[in-house]
Amino acid sequence: MADTIADTRRLYTKPQNLNDAYGPPSNFLEIDVSNPQTIGVGRGKYTTYEVRLKTNLPIFKLKESSVRRRYSDFEWLRAELERESKVVVPPLPGKALIRQLPFRGGDGIFEDSFIEERRQGLEQFLNKVAGHPLAQNERCLHMFLQDESVDKNYTPSKVRQA
Amino acid sequence: MSFFSFGQSAEIDVVLNDAETRKKAEHKTEDGKKDKYFLFYDGETVSGKVNVTLKNPGKRLEHQGIKIEFVGQIELYYDKGNHHEFVSLVKDLARPGEMTQSQTFDFEFTHVEKPYESYTGQNVKLRYFLRATVIRRLNDITKELDIVVHTLSTYPELNSSIKMEVGIEDCLHIEFEYNKSKYHLKDVIVGKIYFLLVRIKIKHMEIDIIKRETTGTGPSVYHENDTIAKYEIMDGAPVRGESIPIRLFLAGYDLTPTMRDINKKFSVRYYLNLVLIDEEERRYFKQQEITLWRKGDVVRKSMSHQAAIASQRFEGSAASESALEKAAKEESG
Repeated sequence: MADTIADTRRLYTKPQNLNDAYGPPSNFLEIDVSNPQTIGVGRGKYTTYEVRLKTNLPIFKLKESSVRRRYSDFEWLRAELERESKVVVPPLPGKALIRQLPFRGGDGIFEDSFIEERRQGLEQFLNKVAGHPLAQNERCLHMFLQDESVDKNYTPSKVRQA
Repeated sequence: MSFFSFGQSAEIDVVLNDAETRKKAEHKTEDGKKDKYFLFYDGETVSGKVNVTLKNPGKRLEHQGIKIEFVGQIELYYDKGNHHEFVSLVKDLARPGEMTQSQTFDFEFTHVEKPYESYTGQNVKLRYFLRATVIRRLNDITKELDIVVHTLSTYPELNSSIKMEVGIEDCLHIEFEYNKSKYHLKDVIVGKIYFLLVRIKIKHMEIDIIKRETTGTGPSVYHENDTIAKYEIMDGAPVRGESIPIRLFLAGYDLTPTMRDINKKFSVRYYLNLVLIDEEERRYFKQQEITLWRKGDVVRKSMSHQAAIASQRFEGSAASESALEKAAKEESG
């Protein structure tokens, strides 16, 4: 039998629908953490951040949402995800306990540069987490991103059937 | 090794009869280097000569016999003492006695069965060798000659394609297809990845060839995974309805045929691993086993020879005759 050259022609493929090719992609998900605002006085002072979400993923009930969250809300979300899901949850930006010690001088955790650093870290954290298919199953993520406020007494549940 | 400078010693040498004509094949040694060895196939006769050269001419060499063995054995690295011999043939070359001068002995192992391919891996080695021995009271004089055995297969009768739909519910659905399930070592993997649903942000996609060497049985089974190749097939984000072609030439990689449960001691299997990586470096993958086999070299008829034969059918003239002559010259030249 004569040796033949291997057939390397492409396999048959279905032509692509032009709407699919040129339409908006189905994986649009953008999360911004911005607009830090420090409220309260004395020991009760804290900073909140605006968490804005834009998406076309069907898993998110609202295609656009905007909520305000503080650092301890992010910590709560991270703990919930670690416990409820199999996701390896990325770290949050630091807790900055040292900055909170008295007699340090400066504005501590209300310094502009620190707030900006933290804002960036929180934005990176949310973008990493919200895009994870398994994290998207968790009720706590949706509540954090789109509900008016975080109900820490909620019942953990899955949003999507496995 | 003899520590005594007096007494007789000898050098032993094994030479194959067809050393001039027999092809050699490259094979990896245990320390990763590549060496060339004489290539044999199953059923071939192994014949040659054993030269015993006395070091001190004039002195006698007393011995308890001279023999040559053909051995095929499996060596597990974690069990070095135990060699599992699956082929063991011996020919006696000389009865116990004395040698007064250097001698040459002929040997022939006729139509030797060599059921498995030579293999040097991470935890196991399968090798064939000739071992000539001059048996003595205190220490034998031995010489080993390693050979390499290749096992050949013919085109499989049934060679279905691999086609499957996989994914993560609501996030990613793909259909992948590979044109065959059995590939020979110089074959080409032709395939495609068709995207049915893309709700994650994919950055790129690659296909890897993974070799898995499995040794041991029962509770103590060792798997050694080795990524032989990584081949990027897509850079950028795909959308629904897009097809990404695959064309992967196997000849460029260091591969062996698939070896299944060799002498119940070890296996070497190959897998294609399709890997998608998203923007957060998360990896989504699907592994699929393929069978690799070794094709025998076929005598090639050059294209010009074939064309000459074809033209003869229609012309039947001196022109086509000279074309055949020319093609024959090109072949032998």
